[in-house]
Amino acid sequence: MSELGESSPERRKLLTILSVGLGCVGAALVGLPVVGFLLAPLFERVASKWRGVGTADSFRKGETVEVKFEDASSVSWAGVTDQTAAWLRCEPDGQFVAFAINCTHLGCPVRWLQEADLFMCPCHGGVYYKDGTVAAGPPPRPLTKYPVRVRDGQVEILTMPTPIA
Amino acid sequence: MRLLRKAWDWFDARTDASKVIGPIMRHPAPPRTGWMYVFGSATLVTFLIQVVTGIALATAYISSAGQAYESLQWITHKALLGNLLRGMHYFGASAMVLLLGIHMIRTFLTGSYKFPRELNWVVGVMLLGLTILMGFTGQLLRWDQNGVWSTIVAAEQAGRVPLIGPWLARFLMGGQTVGGATLSRFFAYHVFFIPALIFAMIGLHLALVLRHGISEKPCASRPVDPKTYRSWYEAMLKREGVPFWPDAAWRDVVFGVFAVACVVFLAWHFGPPELTKPPDPTIIQADPRPDWYLLWYFAVLAQLPHGTETYVIVGAPLVFGICLLILPLVFNRGQRALSRRPWAIASLVIIITSIGALWIEGLRSPWSPDFNAKPLTPGVVHAASAEISQGAELFHAKGCQFCHAIAGSGGQRGPDLTTVADRLTDQQITLRILNGGYNMPSFASILKPAELSALVAFLNSRTLAAQAGGTEK
Repeated sequence: MSELGESSPERRKLLTILSVGLGCVGAALVGLPVVGFLLAPLFERVASKWRGVGTADSFRKGETVEVKFEDASSVSWAGVTDQTAAWLRCEPDGQFVAFAINCTHLGCPVRWLQEADLFMCPCHGGVYYKDGTVAAGPPPRPLTKYPVRVRDGQVEILTMPTPIA
Repeated sequence: MRLLRKAWDWFDARTDASKVIGPIMRHPAPPRTGWMYVFGSATLVTFLIQVVTGIALATAYISSAGQAYESLQWITHKALLGNLLRGMHYFGASAMVLLLGIHMIRTFLTGSYKFPRELNWVVGVMLLGLTILMGFTGQLLRWDQNGVWSTIVAAEQAGRVPLIGPWLARFLMGGQTVGGATLSRFFAYHVFFIPALIFAMIGLHLALVLRHGISEKPCASRPVDPKTYRSWYEAMLKREGVPFWPDAAWRDVVFGVFAVACVVFLAWHFGPPELTKPPDPTIIQADPRPDWYLLWYFAVLAQLPHGTETYVIVGAPLVFGICLLILPLVFNRGQRALSRRPWAIASLVIIITSIGALWIEGLRSPWSPDFNAKPLTPGVVHAASAEISQGAELFHAKGCQFCHAIAGSGGQRGPDLTTVADRLTDQQITLRILNGGYNMPSFASILKPAELSALVAFLNSRTLAAQAGGTEK
């Protein structure tokens, strides 16, 4: 090997360390921005927004209806997927409660059964009472609630992330 | 022809291609391996179908949350051969999962994961995991209603992981909610990330097959001893080995082409799965469920005792995966012959029956309320009084029938109530309705007293005798 150069074993060791180390630096230079880009959604803070869902007098007392509104983080190419639904309940005293449609078991959309006064999940049969508390089945928690307010006669719901356990 | 030959010689002289590929193709294989050894190569063939059809589909598919659904409608219903290609991609995926499963079972049954092929098995298990990920991400790319809700259900499951769960869920959705960022990320996973890993793992898997040779047929009188196995195997190959190409490979070719033909036929005959409703998260009428190869897991999630979900959702795949990964490390020596491995047979039978039973349950999904249950007909109700007939109406209106069937009409989540009065008194029925149960809501605050008594009167008329009377008329 000596005819290839005057490298001593020490020099070869140094060159190895140098090359491997430099390679790691190069990989990090490319890799870090890539990893950061992929993980960006974890660090992005999306401010919640109040979204109007209808005038307060358009909801009948004691009824629960589906309302639709736009997510907080909306990009133009999201199409219909930037929409979210909620179950809006107008209590007999005129107060509003908004429930996430996601079952707290595994997130499937619960349906409101008007006659039975119950929410029922099609996936694994979770059932909730009209106030969102668990009536039966696998759900571990009551339905998640959205903050609701009435402003200038408009019922507004504060967007929030998809409820995750 | 002579020109072609000359061109090849010129190329070969400069690349040594034949010197490199030739010995690999003709590496000695054990004799009489037979048709049991064709499933690995067939899995590879189906993967290649996926690569080729996937690339073709990617030329027309738009990975945008707002447009994917429409581009798939176009591929399915307008594009020339689009329907066939989507079908091939779907049935190719199904075939890949199926063949991978069979290949794995064969490897397990012949004890081929034992020394020195432990790492082949470990890499194979990783390929299984990656294939399942491909199946799942692929199902999402259909980006219909089922795709959107599957994403949410997946995020919910990921959210159950301790500590990092919510981060994981957010990573999956590409944000706080399913939206514009979600689909393009899954598209990148499905067509770049995971396939790149699969290619690398397949390369390693094949290199290991070449390195350690194809496992010979098990023989009860020759348990694996890591000290002597290698030299014995080499000597056996010298003595009676056959060149892999074409002595063994012809079977792989025959079966591989058969698999391709099956995929193309199924795609042509049945076509791809029809897209469900558009990916609008506000359409409440959704009933998400996974494709057939994960339907058994869907059943697992439904059958768990309440409160254990988190442990099972996170723990079960982890434990099962670890068991598969360490299997060859723990049992790397000894008998390979099935006649001497009763526990191997027993565990395989248990796993296959469990998955099979869960799968059938998943198809029936009796735990799902039947929202389509129609009100009972007068012939079934056979009302002797106005109260009973009112009770029958309430039985449907109050949602009872979504979970309880009477005379075959209704859900299967709760007990069948066709003859409930034969086993419960009216008091017991009343108590149960008011209090509810493990899987039943309490109706105490929902029913008015008159409604309750009508419902009880109706249920109290559900006897075998009345049933017989009802059907006679």
